[in-house]
Amino acid sequence: MASTLVKEYFREDKLPHIWCPGCGNGIVTRAIVKAIDSLGLDKDNVCIVSGIGCSSRAPGYLDFNTLHTTHGRALAFATGVKMAKPELEVIVITGDGDSSAIGGNHLIHACRRNIDITTIVFNNNIYGMTGGQYSPTTPTGDKGTTAPYGNLDANFDLCELTKGAGASYIARGTAYAAKQLEKFIAEGIKNKGFSFIEAITACPTYYGRKNKKGSAVDMLQTVKESAVMDKAWDRLSEEQRQGKFKIGSFHVEAKPEYTEEYKKLIASFNKGEE
Amino acid sequence: MTIRLMQGNEACVEGALRAGMKFYAGYPITPSTEIAEISAIELPKVGGKFIQMEDEISSMGAVIGASLTGLKSMTATSGPGFSLKQENLGYGIISEVPCVVVNVQRGGPSTGLPTSPAQGDIMQAKWGTHGDHATIALYPNSVREIYDMTIRAFNLSEKYRTPVILLLDEIIGHMRERIEIPEDDEIEIIDRKKPTCSPDEYKAYEVKEGDIVPEMADFGTGYRYHVTGLVHDETGFPAGATKAEALIRRLIDKIEDNKDDICTYEEYMLDDADIAIVAFGCTSRSAKSAIKSLRGEGYKVGMFRPITIWPSPEKQLEKLSKRVKRIIVVEMNDGQYFLEVDRIAGKNTLVEKYGRLNGEIIPPHEIISVVKEAYNG
Amino acid sequence: MATTTTVGLKSHTVEEEWCKGCGICVAFCPKNVLELENEIVVVKRLEDCIQCGQCELRCPDFAIWLGGK
Repeated sequence: MASTLVKEYFREDKLPHIWCPGCGNGIVTRAIVKAIDSLGLDKDNVCIVSGIGCSSRAPGYLDFNTLHTTHGRALAFATGVKMAKPELEVIVITGDGDSSAIGGNHLIHACRRNIDITTIVFNNNIYGMTGGQYSPTTPTGDKGTTAPYGNLDANFDLCELTKGAGASYIARGTAYAAKQLEKFIAEGIKNKGFSFIEAITACPTYYGRKNKKGSAVDMLQTVKESAVMDKAWDRLSEEQRQGKFKIGSFHVEAKPEYTEEYKKLIASFNKGEE
Repeated sequence: MTIRLMQGNEACVEGALRAGMKFYAGYPITPSTEIAEISAIELPKVGGKFIQMEDEISSMGAVIGASLTGLKSMTATSGPGFSLKQENLGYGIISEVPCVVVNVQRGGPSTGLPTSPAQGDIMQAKWGTHGDHATIALYPNSVREIYDMTIRAFNLSEKYRTPVILLLDEIIGHMRERIEIPEDDEIEIIDRKKPTCSPDEYKAYEVKEGDIVPEMADFGTGYRYHVTGLVHDETGFPAGATKAEALIRRLIDKIEDNKDDICTYEEYMLDDADIAIVAFGCTSRSAKSAIKSLRGEGYKVGMFRPITIWPSPEKQLEKLSKRVKRIIVVEMNDGQYFLEVDRIAGKNTLVEKYGRLNGEIIPPHEIISVVKEAYNG
Repeated sequence: MATTTTVGLKSHTVEEEWCKGCGICVAFCPKNVLELENEIVVVKRLEDCIQCGQCELRCPDFAIWLGGK
């Protein structure tokens, strides 16, 4: 049995999902579906594309046109789908490693084109599917199976990265504040251009255990306590910001959208025939 | 009849447009770049889409994404770029998404000889992506044949729901020749078979009685199905090891079992030949010229030219091996297709190789010497 | 499966086969309505429930929701 929401938008026969107990991926997936529901989108016109990793398994559970691609390449495939059929609402579900390591190049170029795709990164700071290796968003000093003495790498701020690359809607929310996350995702979908929503979530199995972060509940509690709305963040001192992160809808910018521009190009050749 | 002077790479785009190409994604690389440039000029004129992606990997991904919405899609590249395509080429194979991948070959490995011809990607075309799979690769030897084979590559990709590789030689890609553009009744255009059942009844990867491949619905037409690079069952959803054998076997068999339809080849002066040269692409043109001279001198030599290089025309090569004393595989590499010919023909006749790696075409006089040596030595 | 608990106009349903017992709904319920029993969520004190839906909002397994089956 399932809730009305699950019955309407999920492939119920594929549940329960493969994610570990307490994994935040389910919470974020539900927020995406709620956002789609709130916008009243036609399921036939929604295409959900993912790469490889824990989060990228989400599309298999969702009753839309779904495309589970290769590691890091979701945005490449999604760009093809959106270019070919701009009337489709294209949503990319990806992880921190999938989007910013192996898929980092595709991410910045999708931002640069401002192609009308909404990307939701499930950021759990770790490679979960392969068993807990450090990712580009693992905080410096934290542990992973490939960072046994602590991660030496500096970690990405994905929202700053995508801002620099040219995305026209950027927000960061959390699995704890799932209602707010849903709102950000809905705003992202409505934005005509490349929208980037970073969803901070928790991997209790690998990141949590390796870094002694406690249970799934403890980790979600930490997310709740560490997330600071951008307005409040601006008033915090450097010292007060330690161990915390900023959430909010950071950036909205009106600028030309790629498929619209291409449509104009095609139209310029049809003028003589009208 | 329309007659035009056309470059090989241009003929590739013209053929693709004739076949119904509506989407191209690519990345600049010598010696294939004209294919992207001409596609960029022509596609928007016919309501199609061109996009220059950030790399070869994403070009291949975009092509598959576009094809899933129903557009005939193509990408073109060369050597190092072809290496990068392999990841998503495998995805196209397992998820059965039609598309055309052109590789205008150049010398390798790595950056190699960027502006010189080579035929060194024969085995990469077959085995470049990981795992067991069947491959369709076509290898034209003239500008007109590039035109025709590009159309055929689209047709085969639509019919067999698989990426089709078009192997071109730099020297033909960049050569201008007179070509007669075929009339509509001279060419066949094949489109993928779409489902006629209701979305509720649709199983995205079920092969219906009498069909070779599953019916393919366009994304956004009410058939909400799942596409994955994981091993999947007939519904398209991940299915694990128990379904792997059946799936991979089906993907291989749909091509191997239809070789009679897929394989095309040319036989030249083989009826009474003692020696057969096996050659393809530009090398086959040198071979043909050599054979003409040798015949003038009384040497009984002919040529077998695979136009479909993968799957190889096994039946024909085996038949040939039973009637000639020797087969010489002449190719601009260190003996890649030789391995395949020797596998098929080696038990019946002597199979030798003649190749080179210096980025220069093999001229007829060298082939003449090789044949004479075989006769007299 | 799935069990619906009803008190007056309020009801709550749990799909036991999907619940993985993470305890998130239990921990973040503002009225302490839920408990884990044998690692599965149970609606214990529905009379205290204010139907805020936070359990449903944060259940990673879509295993608990307001309302009936």
